[in-house]
Amino acid sequence: MLASRNVRPAAGHRMAAAPGQRALLAGHPGRRVMVAAKAQKKEIMMWEALREAIDEEMERDPTVCVMGEDVGHYGGSYKCTFGLYKKYGDMRVLDTPICENGFMGMGVGAAMTGLRPIVEGMNMGFLLLAFNQISNNCGMLHYTSGGQFKVPMVIRGPGGVGRQLGAEHSQRLESYFQSIPGVQLVACSTVRNSKALLKAAIRSDNPIIFFEHVLLYNVKGEVGDKDEVACLERAEVVREGTDVSIFTYSRMRYVVMQAVNDLVKKGYNPEVIDLISLKPFDMETISKSVRKTRKVIIVEECMKTGGIGASLSAVINESLFNDLDHEVIRLSSQDVPTAYAYELEAATIVQSSQVVDAVERVCGGRVAATV
Amino acid sequence: ASGSAVYHPIIKQAWDIGPRCAPRDTVCLKVPVRMQTMLKQRSGFRAAQPGRQVMKVRAVAAPLKTATSAPTKAPLVTPEVAKDLYYDMVLGREFEEMCAQMYYRGKMFGFVHLYSGQEAVSSGVIRLLRPDDHVVSTYRDHVHALSKGVSAREVMAELFGKKTGCCRGQGGSMHMFSAKHNVLGGYAFIGEGIPVGLGAAFQSKYRRDVLGEETSDSVTCSFFGDGTCNVGQFYESLNMAALYKLPHIFVVENNLWAIGMSHLRATSRTSGDETPYIYKKGPAFGMPGVLVDGMDVLKVRQVAQEAVERARRGEGPTLIEAETYRFRGHSLADPDELRSKEEKARYQARDPIPQLKKYMLEHGLATEAEIKALEDKVAEVVEDSVKFADESPKPERGQLLENVFADPRGFGISEDGRYRYQQPGFSSGTAVVS
Repeated sequence: MLASRNVRPAAGHRMAAAPGQRALLAGHPGRRVMVAAKAQKKEIMMWEALREAIDEEMERDPTVCVMGEDVGHYGGSYKCTFGLYKKYGDMRVLDTPICENGFMGMGVGAAMTGLRPIVEGMNMGFLLLAFNQISNNCGMLHYTSGGQFKVPMVIRGPGGVGRQLGAEHSQRLESYFQSIPGVQLVACSTVRNSKALLKAAIRSDNPIIFFEHVLLYNVKGEVGDKDEVACLERAEVVREGTDVSIFTYSRMRYVVMQAVNDLVKKGYNPEVIDLISLKPFDMETISKSVRKTRKVIIVEECMKTGGIGASLSAVINESLFNDLDHEVIRLSSQDVPTAYAYELEAATIVQSSQVVDAVERVCGGRVAATV
Repeated sequence: ASGSAVYHPIIKQAWDIGPRCAPRDTVCLKVPVRMQTMLKQRSGFRAAQPGRQVMKVRAVAAPLKTATSAPTKAPLVTPEVAKDLYYDMVLGREFEEMCAQMYYRGKMFGFVHLYSGQEAVSSGVIRLLRPDDHVVSTYRDHVHALSKGVSAREVMAELFGKKTGCCRGQGGSMHMFSAKHNVLGGYAFIGEGIPVGLGAAFQSKYRRDVLGEETSDSVTCSFFGDGTCNVGQFYESLNMAALYKLPHIFVVENNLWAIGMSHLRATSRTSGDETPYIYKKGPAFGMPGVLVDGMDVLKVRQVAQEAVERARRGEGPTLIEAETYRFRGHSLADPDELRSKEEKARYQARDPIPQLKKYMLEHGLATEAEIKALEDKVAEVVEDSVKFADESPKPERGQLLENVFADPRGFGISEDGRYRYQQPGFSSGTAVVS
């Protein structure tokens, strides 16, 4: 039941590795310049950025508190609350017993009565046990109470396929939660957007389910300052292009960018958009991109059936049908439980070569691969 | 038992008292001094062990009052309190009976669960709470809302699905909420309200311990039934409430039936017991468990008083098991064929409202005229609430999209770059939001 606490991305010998930002800095100016630049703006890891976000918001607003398993004395399974209990005390960084439905409900009650709890699921998969509270109470209470009570909660935790963690620790709950009315789903992907989005989520009066990825915690990058708060409903344009719109989120962003390196060499010019807001979709950014490129590939880690891509594909078909030159391609995980064995796990999720093949197919390449 | 046989004095007493009791009653027996000493020694021995406390269990039974029993003690409550309790119980009863009428006349729909017979628990506990205390309930929540102070008009309008209802018609019978009176719902899934109650209690403790508000000592009472006591969230909540010493009171309204499932068939018994006892689960988690006669409002109030004061002092939660009964079926759709006529008659005879009326008259807390005036007032209020609900307007289409999100930006950004809530048609409920 407990997530493996020693999950660290191995030093890159696997395709499924979390690429550091170093991969994207290929071809940049010399070392001395880089060192100087680094000295000015410190690079931190994503878990540190999330920790900074939580720390800054707790300092700013005394009603913000954290609840979850091992968030206090242990510092969080992925260190996102490391040392915060020493600063804020055991009540503000509350170590809960193992009772997801119970402490999720406690978070809802606290939120209804004026606090702003951040409830951590040690692994997003564990929140299946809290589905009752998330669906019925978190999502719906504001409505069923006729607007009398709001639920300004953030539910956060790592999800996604990790490094051979087995089926139950590799779940993608965004597809299960997306139908719940009244919640917003946000997926962070970079160090910078993780901090800015988490700050925004904590300040929001809506219940936000905040998806982190288990393999991205050690990704390095720069962060904004205390005042940088992202918009929770906006998608992020990662790379502007003209040939095809690739919509993605979370760790698949890196898989896509890896594919983009190859595609650029082959002469393609894809546009990459990180959805960020899985629900609701940022239709302005999405429609602008689709109208420009007229071709869509959705690259996601959740299952094909009922996934985020399924919803997005339907929406694009309905509202942008005449702007499309090709049917929407969805690259999603296979509808199978994620196996433990490395090869099977790699075959379950989308690899960058599949993205390359899909772009070639859509833009008029020679490969008619089955995806 | 006759003839020359010699029987143990305790057994003799049991045989004498037996016919006058109902099953589940607990009685006081005269126990010889030696046995008393032995019992005291045993409990003292337990208390001497580190980490073990003598469990204080008060099982309070109400054997049927006979005509000859005269009131000997001073009244337990003041006249004002007695009249308040009486008014509240009658209001609860008349309101629920009116709901039944309205339902069968097609004024309200869906699942409606009536509280008739259980008024002593609601009035006994909730009438001694402060306005800043919280109440959480299940689907049998109309009377909890009324006892907490929500107006009969708002509750009836909510049941009729009108926009003047306490939840704008969006909640219905099973979701009574009131921010003004701190009623945190109204939950359809039993058990899911208890952790929410814990959250409110956590907030109260947080305000005191973290935010430094020294006057923060509000308590939360969660009401639920015997069926809920088999739901996992009940146990999760008992654990957390005791662990964090939350000012939360668990009030179990044990009416012996969860729809058609008898409590005796659904709940296992503690080793050595003949019947399942829910209050015994309290000490297992580190809080006092109390069994009380839930058909006697004054006894409920006594027990609740102690629990509330404990919680306010910061000593943590209490589990109260109130033995009560619902005179009607589980809901208005329940044919109620499984419960025996004898059982129903037995509990009808213990109806809390005539009990309190008798008590008030015997102790001079109210005159017949005053009691009649209270009853008339209730009839007036209930009639007025029906009239109000009837005449209230239905919710407009525009209510459809409001209140889904506290921050309407949650519906996202549409193609033209504006937030969807800024589109025309949002306030009329016709906008496309996904």
